[in-house]
Amino acid sequence: MQRLPATPVFLERRSYRQRRMMDAIRLLPLVGLLLWLMPTLWATSDGDGVEPVRMSQAIVYVFGVWVCLILCAGSLWHYLRNSSEDAIDVEFGVKTEPK
Amino acid sequence: MASINLLIAVCLTYVAFLFLVAFAAERAAARGRGNWLRSPLVYTLSLSIYCTAWTFYGAVGYAARSGMEFITIYLGPSLVMIGWWWFLRKLVRVGRTQRVTSVADLISSRYGKSNVLAIVVTIMAVLGVTPYIALQLQSVTLSLSIFSDPTGTTDGGMNLVSAGFWVALGLSLFTVLFGTRNLNANERHNGVVIAIAVEAVVKLVALLAVGIFVVWGVAGGISEMMVRIDNSDIGQWQVDSSRWTALTVLSGAAFLCLPRMFQVLVVENDDERHLHIASWAFPIYLMMMSLFVVPIAVVGLDLLPENSNPDLFVLTVPLSQGQGGLAILSFLGGFSSATSMVIVATLALSTMVSNHVVMPIWLSFQGQGATVSGDVRNVVIFARRVSILVIIALGYLYYRVSGGSGALAAIGLISFIGVAQFLPAMIGGIFWRGATRVGALTGLLVGFAIWTYTSLLPSFGADVVLSSPLLEQGPFGVEWLRPQALFGIKGIDPTVHAVLWSLLLNTSGFIFGSLVSFPKPLERLQGAQFVNVFANSGHAHGWSGSAAQSEDLMVMAQRILGGAEAQKLFRREAQIQGHDRYLPEPTPDFLQRVEREMSASVGAATAHAMISQLVGGASVSVQDLMAVADESAQMLEYSNQLEAKSSELLDTARQLRDVNAKLTQISVQKDAFLSQISHELRTPMTSIRSFSEILRDGHELKASEQTKYASIIHVEAIRLTRLLDDLLDLSVLENGQVSLNTETGSLADVIGHAVTTTQAGAIKQIKIDVSDLDTSIELHTDLDRLAQVFINLISNAQKYCKSPEPRLFIRATKTDNEVCILLTDNGLPIPMETHALIFEKFSRINDQDGSGAGLGLAICREIMIRLGGEIDYVPAARGNRFVLRLPV
Repeated sequence: MQRLPATPVFLERRSYRQRRMMDAIRLLPLVGLLLWLMPTLWATSDGDGVEPVRMSQAIVYVFGVWVCLILCAGSLWHYLRNSSEDAIDVEFGVKTEPK
Repeated sequence: MASINLLIAVCLTYVAFLFLVAFAAERAAARGRGNWLRSPLVYTLSLSIYCTAWTFYGAVGYAARSGMEFITIYLGPSLVMIGWWWFLRKLVRVGRTQRVTSVADLISSRYGKSNVLAIVVTIMAVLGVTPYIALQLQSVTLSLSIFSDPTGTTDGGMNLVSAGFWVALGLSLFTVLFGTRNLNANERHNGVVIAIAVEAVVKLVALLAVGIFVVWGVAGGISEMMVRIDNSDIGQWQVDSSRWTALTVLSGAAFLCLPRMFQVLVVENDDERHLHIASWAFPIYLMMMSLFVVPIAVVGLDLLPENSNPDLFVLTVPLSQGQGGLAILSFLGGFSSATSMVIVATLALSTMVSNHVVMPIWLSFQGQGATVSGDVRNVVIFARRVSILVIIALGYLYYRVSGGSGALAAIGLISFIGVAQFLPAMIGGIFWRGATRVGALTGLLVGFAIWTYTSLLPSFGADVVLSSPLLEQGPFGVEWLRPQALFGIKGIDPTVHAVLWSLLLNTSGFIFGSLVSFPKPLERLQGAQFVNVFANSGHAHGWSGSAAQSEDLMVMAQRILGGAEAQKLFRREAQIQGHDRYLPEPTPDFLQRVEREMSASVGAATAHAMISQLVGGASVSVQDLMAVADESAQMLEYSNQLEAKSSELLDTARQLRDVNAKLTQISVQKDAFLSQISHELRTPMTSIRSFSEILRDGHELKASEQTKYASIIHVEAIRLTRLLDDLLDLSVLENGQVSLNTETGSLADVIGHAVTTTQAGAIKQIKIDVSDLDTSIELHTDLDRLAQVFINLISNAQKYCKSPEPRLFIRATKTDNEVCILLTDNGLPIPMETHALIFEKFSRINDQDGSGAGLGLAICREIMIRLGGEIDYVPAARGNRFVLRLPV
């Protein structure tokens, strides 16, 4: 038997935007992981003739990613701060997520 | 140059200051003015106990040795915090709804409140964290020693061992005084949290101050610093890829699993929104903590002699530049890191040890379990204090045995790998309903064994625990079992090796164990609640039996929660239940609430055991199990209801069919009777009419003929009258208009009268046997009516008994409250299908000659009902039997 969805299938613009911001929150750590695993591809000092990455560059890169992640997380939090907790609970609790 | 004495004075002042802060915070909280104590800022700062002395001193040493690799220790937790939505959100919600007190409690609670699991996790946590505590002791003593010998090349004039002892003693006193003031772990340690937040600020400021001094004071600016970094020994990228990845993952895992992190992240969490804020605020803190690590390391490598200890650059760099004040600030930062870590870690561990090891053992020694007398609170607090001392003593022991040797980072990593073993059981427990206790136990033990073998034991160095031949060639020369090259795979970094194999085999064991085992009902319930925590927050399973007495509950709760608390809880519940009585009813809801409250003090497994002793029944009811299976269960329940209803309907339908059949039969009988009665009435009427016409018209009739015809008319008239009498009689009886003429007489007389009446003038004689009749039976009833019943029955037998030698036996027995009379004949039994009809009106059974109207037995039944008795037909072995019952 097909169960009727408890929430509407399509959302108004504002709720839609909120949902997509929540998607962004979910994606953020994955992006961070990807960016922070990049250094494993860098040439090291015992590499074969390739000029190794300089320490100052490495520092700028790692901390740069860090600052970006924090800014993204902070602004997403700021954006979603005022949306009701219920909406978030419904979103996170119910698996059948309306698109 | 600061002297040791000055340093000790500074430390004591600082500790006194922390005490004051903690005390003030608890006072404020007690007065209800403590809202600011529970701000997101405080929560974020309290998370900073992740940054211990290992971070404070060790990170710089780590950077000086291996460049940027140190930063992985911060990247993992940053990712976990930024990805709070994936795991932390659920973890915190589960922790809050289930009132979890520690990692061990979480895992034990998830897997059916298993105490075995709790003990295993507790032991693992103690062993895993011990090196970490040793690390803090080592860093504090090392930093003290540096002030007596600024170059850091020797141990200086201090006795490091005794210094370590005094530091350990100081830390344990501090923790005991701070942490065990209130019992309920879920009441949250306001004082401790505030002290930790203050320490977080101190260590951040100290590290930033040293960093700023190094960059702008020594190097002369950012760009100069960058040039200096690139020109230093660590100026080129030299990170091993496998270590970079493994350590990032490991630090993220440890961030979740470390008992102290769990304490501040989950147990001390007051509001889930704080977690949202900490998700970006804590990465800021971590970033700032690591910002100046590389510059300090580079400057330290530049300025200080070759053989100086890089782990102490944070202190030695300012000292070498003559910045005594900055060095003391830096020392305080390191001291803060060490103390805050030790306090929270030992608090978390002592809660686990007392709840999961000491309390169950103590309760079982008490024999009677939950029903012992006395205040358990004192025992719990005592157990926690002793646990704190024992844990710190273990740390000190490790410090002595390992000789304070290894670099700080190496010791910290061993600890990380140890606690990361909880991760599969934790993640599996929260996300996978199929995870079972057996699986969790298998995974934990496998992971723990591999960690001990590949990481912990080799860390003491060759020939301390593991001999060097064993390390080199494996046990019994089996290469595949070499501690640092399992399965013959050589060339992996030892740390990566340990992380890889322990977590891989741990997870495999966990999954395999879960797949092949079958969970107990309680496990399935808890699993459903943990995994679906957002769908049904706060619905833990219920206690089904309410055999527990409120008084017993009250006594037990008082001993664990304390008198005032317990009374408040019970009174509130009584109010919720809506009555004024002092004790509430032990409803399942209430029992569950009491269990939750108690579990915050003594752990889920113990609280569960205590309540179950009182309730004395299985805690899982059928309804609970139904709920576990969720939708399928609901469907099952629904189909069960349908089934019950349909069988009910079937039953009703069958009854209706019976009734309908009876009605049809009666209706047929009635039609037959109506035609019969019209025939009955018409036959005598016809003969009366014709004979009266003969008498009227036959003038030449002889006198004898006249008499004969007149007597025929007379007989027919009597027959008509009798028929009408019977009909009248029945209608009177049925309408209840009959008045009884009650008198006392002998049953034998009544039967004798009936026999005489029926035998007189009867053509067909039946032999009536009343020899067994008890003549002493006296009756008080309407004797005439009763005689009528017997007359009807006897004349029926006389008429319809087709036996060649018709006989009727009349017997009577008397009990205390009734007389039972049996009339048994030896005729043809009445056919089965007409049994239901014999007492109905107009029913004529075996009536071939049509002489009866079918009213006799109906009248009998009506009379018996009026007399307060009953009449039944019972087929006898050969014949028919009527049973009459009359009240005495």
